[in-house]
Amino acid sequence: MIASLRARALGIALGIALAAGAAATPSDSLYQLEIPLVDQSGRATAFDRERGHPLLVSLFYTSCDFVCPTLVSTLQRLEAELDVPARGRLRVLLVSLDPERDTPEQLARAARRHRVDLARWSLTRASEDDLRALAALLGAPYRRLPDGEFNHATAISLLDAEGRLVARSETLGRLDADFLARLRAATSAPPGD
Amino acid sequence: MVLGCALARVAAGAEAPGYARVAGGSFASSLPVAPGRNEVALEPFLLQRRPVTNAEFLAFAQGHPKWRRGEVPGVFADAGYLAHWSAPLALGPGARPEEPVTRVSWFAARAYCEAQGARLPTWYEWERAAAADETRSDARGDPAWRQRILDWYSRPSSEALPDVGLSPANAWGVHDLHGLVWEWVEDAGSLLAGADSREQGDPDRMKFCGSGALTLEQKENYAVLMRVAMLSSLPAAGTTNRLGFRCARDPEAGAP
Repeated sequence: MIASLRARALGIALGIALAAGAAATPSDSLYQLEIPLVDQSGRATAFDRERGHPLLVSLFYTSCDFVCPTLVSTLQRLEAELDVPARGRLRVLLVSLDPERDTPEQLARAARRHRVDLARWSLTRASEDDLRALAALLGAPYRRLPDGEFNHATAISLLDAEGRLVARSETLGRLDADFLARLRAATSAPPGD
Repeated sequence: MVLGCALARVAAGAEAPGYARVAGGSFASSLPVAPGRNEVALEPFLLQRRPVTNAEFLAFAQGHPKWRRGEVPGVFADAGYLAHWSAPLALGPGARPEEPVTRVSWFAARAYCEAQGARLPTWYEWERAAAADETRSDARGDPAWRQRILDWYSRPSSEALPDVGLSPANAWGVHDLHGLVWEWVEDAGSLLAGADSREQGDPDRMKFCGSGALTLEQKENYAVLMRVAMLSSLPAAGTTNRLGFRCARDPEAGAP
């Protein structure tokens, strides 16, 4: 009885905090990491730019000619599996491993080449320092090779609206059924919507 | 304390107190940059002579509430973070002030160094500094020296840690690179990135974007390989009771 009252009081307090926009970033949210980004239009933005939306995030680089196009098409196949309202809620963020060569112009070219929906997708770059922290959080280690290529584990991470990691997939080129199920759940209409 | 720092600076003649200068140049790493290629060109750098201590990390936690136990976000440090301290701002009997700080995550180590205007060393920098014994800048070819390091790894990790700085300085003037704690490096998470894509036709090949892949060479250098394996197996929020760190600087940015 007391416990349930307390839970309700907590719920109300939480509701007020959320209504006031005062909710703190959860302890287990990747948005604890403050990372400035620059997007394909040259605009300064940040890693938490899609706060409030479920997000697919991956590291990539545009000069990679084998796996990276596969990564983009895998992301597109995943979103094509969603119904229109769910897809409308989803955002996609790609962060380049190669900030030197992936200028905003280069990122914009890649966006055009892959015909991504820039209303919901962003192709971005970060500083080398921030990138390492982001790769660590995403569990996606990378290493620059002497020929300018990168070795990196290609992973797609799904974050919830608050930036918490919901699921991760390393499957490229075909649909990962488990991951798709998590994506469907994360992009379904929120209660009361 | 202030006097001690001043003396150290005069004695060392280095750009930053507590740091030793390590020469740049070509260095043969045990962790190749590409298959068959392990020569690394290093710029000169400054490395802290001793691992960061509990007392030093406590001063950092006092000035940076976000990095106190209980305050640190879960994505940046696991539940073991500074668990041996008696309270978020008290060391207590389980953590002597001059012991190296352990149970710190990569994120925390990085934040500490950043607050000092420094950074974590890269693996290659750490390995370069740690290749020296008391008299030679590269003692790795000496089986007796390798055995000394291996003997440390075989000691039980339940023993209490000695204070920092008790072992003799190496040829660069750096203490405790071996024989005390494991140490975080900036690229800890990516030391083995791509190692699984070695084989052509590997079903996992699709996971990796780059054309090259890493292989470990100098396989007799078990001590180094153990360190690489340990560092790359830990998540960046991970902590252990034997893992600490020290900071590095670039020489031009080193003057206080």
